[in-house]
Amino acid sequence: MVEHADLFAALGDPTRRQVLNILAERGEASATAIASQLPVSRPAVVKHLGVLDRAGLLEERRQGREVLFSVRPEPLESASRWLAVVASEWDRRLAALKRLAEDS
Amino acid sequence: MQIPDQIEREVLIDAPIERVWALITEAEHVGAWFSEAGAESDLRSGGAMRLSWEEHGSIEARVERVEPERLFAFRWPLFGETIAQGNSTLVEFSLAPEGEATRVKVVESGFAELAIPEDQQRRHVEENTEGWKGEVGHLVEHAERVTA
Repeated sequence: MVEHADLFAALGDPTRRQVLNILAERGEASATAIASQLPVSRPAVVKHLGVLDRAGLLEERRQGREVLFSVRPEPLESASRWLAVVASEWDRRLAALKRLAEDS
Repeated sequence: MQIPDQIEREVLIDAPIERVWALITEAEHVGAWFSEAGAESDLRSGGAMRLSWEEHGSIEARVERVEPERLFAFRWPLFGETIAQGNSTLVEFSLAPEGEATRVKVVESGFAELAIPEDQQRRHVEENTEGWKGEVGHLVEHAERVTA
């Protein structure tokens, strides 16, 4: 249930981007471990993890009493591809504008 | 890891700035390079804009800023036909003279502010894959229709 819009919304918050970067660096981490690297509380981290999870960006596995989170990159790749398409459409439009403007 | 919140593109056009400005902002010219089925716009901040494509129909956009021969900005819906909470991005054209030519820069921004409203999220969940495919379809459609 991943939407590009939810994904961009999830990535729009700087703390959530930090959470993702921490996970990317460490491979996997618990909410407590993530909170120890950020100036926010563990409950705040849990909330951010929830948003990231709904955007399809997390995998989680249980280890003993902890849940370990890691990054699921597929939605990022898909969003990057989509943004590349949007950018190439602008290139085409600007090329058409240039032809039109210079054609006189 | 990072997805940018904006797209920036630019082009150097060998034409005077007043001509490029007219092509970008005057509705009768916009159809020639942007929305081939026509455009209407009320060229002032808050003014209504309508862009049309033969294949994909029309959308309602909104003029945000007009600084003659310098800056033209509008907001347009990325999915849906009209601007609503969390469905639009801002497009800014900035123009600058470069000798006899004109540099045009386009910035499309606000991807990070996109969001599906909660009631629609629930509906998407209920519709399951149907909703997901539909939304991607709209996004791809948006990306495609603007070429036409």
